[in-house]
Amino acid sequence: MNFQIKNPKLVTLAACLIPLLWLFFDIAFDNLGSNPIQALHIRLGDWSLRFLCVTLAITPIQTMTKWRGMADYRQMFGLYSFFYATLHLLTYLAIDNNFEWSLIGTDIIESPYIWFGVVAYWVVFALAITSPKWVMKRMGKSWKKLHRLIYIASMAAVIHYFWQLKGNLAEPLLYLIIIFFLLGFRVLAGLTSRQLNKMMIPKGHE
Amino acid sequence: MIIKTHKDIPSSEITDEKVFNERRTLIKAMLATAAGASIPTAWANNAKPNAWNVAKSDLSNAALTPTPIELVKNYTNYYEFTLNKEDSTKLAQNFIADPWSLEISGEVEKAGTYHLEDILQQQTLEERIYRFRCVEAWSMVVPWVGFSLANLLKLAKPLSTAHFVKFTTIQQPETMPNQRNKVMLEWPYVEGLRIDEAMHPLTMLAVGMYGDTLPKQNGAPLRLVVPWKYGFKSIKAIVKIELLKNPPLTTWNKSAPAEYGFYANVNPAVSHPRWSQNSERQLGSGFFTSRRQTELFNGYGEQVASLYQDMDLRHFF
Repeated sequence: MNFQIKNPKLVTLAACLIPLLWLFFDIAFDNLGSNPIQALHIRLGDWSLRFLCVTLAITPIQTMTKWRGMADYRQMFGLYSFFYATLHLLTYLAIDNNFEWSLIGTDIIESPYIWFGVVAYWVVFALAITSPKWVMKRMGKSWKKLHRLIYIASMAAVIHYFWQLKGNLAEPLLYLIIIFFLLGFRVLAGLTSRQLNKMMIPKGHE
Repeated sequence: MIIKTHKDIPSSEITDEKVFNERRTLIKAMLATAAGASIPTAWANNAKPNAWNVAKSDLSNAALTPTPIELVKNYTNYYEFTLNKEDSTKLAQNFIADPWSLEISGEVEKAGTYHLEDILQQQTLEERIYRFRCVEAWSMVVPWVGFSLANLLKLAKPLSTAHFVKFTTIQQPETMPNQRNKVMLEWPYVEGLRIDEAMHPLTMLAVGMYGDTLPKQNGAPLRLVVPWKYGFKSIKAIVKIELLKNPPLTTWNKSAPAEYGFYANVNPAVSHPRWSQNSERQLGSGFFTSRRQTELFNGYGEQVASLYQDMDLRHFF
């Protein structure tokens, strides 16, 4: 028997849907606690932020392992971050507010923590629609500039997270540390090696 | 299609049948209890909870249906134990709520320390269904059991110099991990009211909920409930009530003065600096139900608005 994974990309693609299935399971079995809507909201936001962190981690991993060809995974994880962020947004609009636009409007205007969520979402949205290879080709150098905004998105997402909390800041702080670490790595690597920039170019574009 | 329910009876507030039946049993048990004060011993570990013979107060919101008890018992902000609202249930079980005594001191004629049992013997317990609105923009409807704070304060005979009331939670670091490790806030927790707020009949000291003694995580054995203010004003596990000339420095106000005011009146028009207070999520309401429009003074404006006449509620938030 050959247990080697024949198509690792397909397996990864499927595995990234596990958090969603898990969530459906918890909804079905009423496992989300006393405030299930908030729990759903936090879970989806969490996964979006986690995928954003994984996306940011690809380049440092690629640099350290000298393994090329991870750009496709980076794209996939980035799109999953967008996917979970979209579900997070839809949960807010539909499940939490039942599309009561007057309540939603007031809530957004009066809640600075939501402004950061909106910024993060629009950036991730822009990155998602410009993620296909043909768009990348057409955009040339400006593609890379645009996609550096992922750091803005991740910082905005973390502020969005911890600004709505009254007390427990441990989790958002953990994300903040991870993002600072990943950003720091990029800055250091950028200063010390131009190799990195070469390796950022996906396979088949060299 | 969006089906809008009638404003007065949102579907989310209709109690499910199981909870309703449980309540019926409880009420029957309460009626079966002989009239007179039956002092509960349920705070002792593993004791079987006693049901109370309590009448519904006129101050109760008759139109409100209580939130299912399981939700109320498992969603508490009790930072002395944990910052997690669902973990406090388990962590609070080691808390020692019996025996309990309460100190009343400061600007009063009759200062003293009293056993909780003795206090309860002088008070008529009643059930009051109040809406409880957290500053975190969620709310629930709780049938508290207790009495007006004014009834207790009157016994201590406040002096004319008593302008404020300060409440202090017990310092019990051996059972409260965050007191022990000095996490998050300055302990013990302190809250305060203006004397007219404290003497208002709606302001109550609760010793129970849902016809039973207070669960430990909900503030046993004695907590404050001020229904027109954000939940953090309703301090839990009170051991000291002091009447003061000057306003006390309260815990959240001290921790983040720009975010949590001394008054903390529920007010949809005054946002928290980081989030809107315009609407609230009602615990127990299902998916795809709209949030509830928050009411000024949490719907108790008719009774309490006069306390704040000529006050700029934006400034005194």
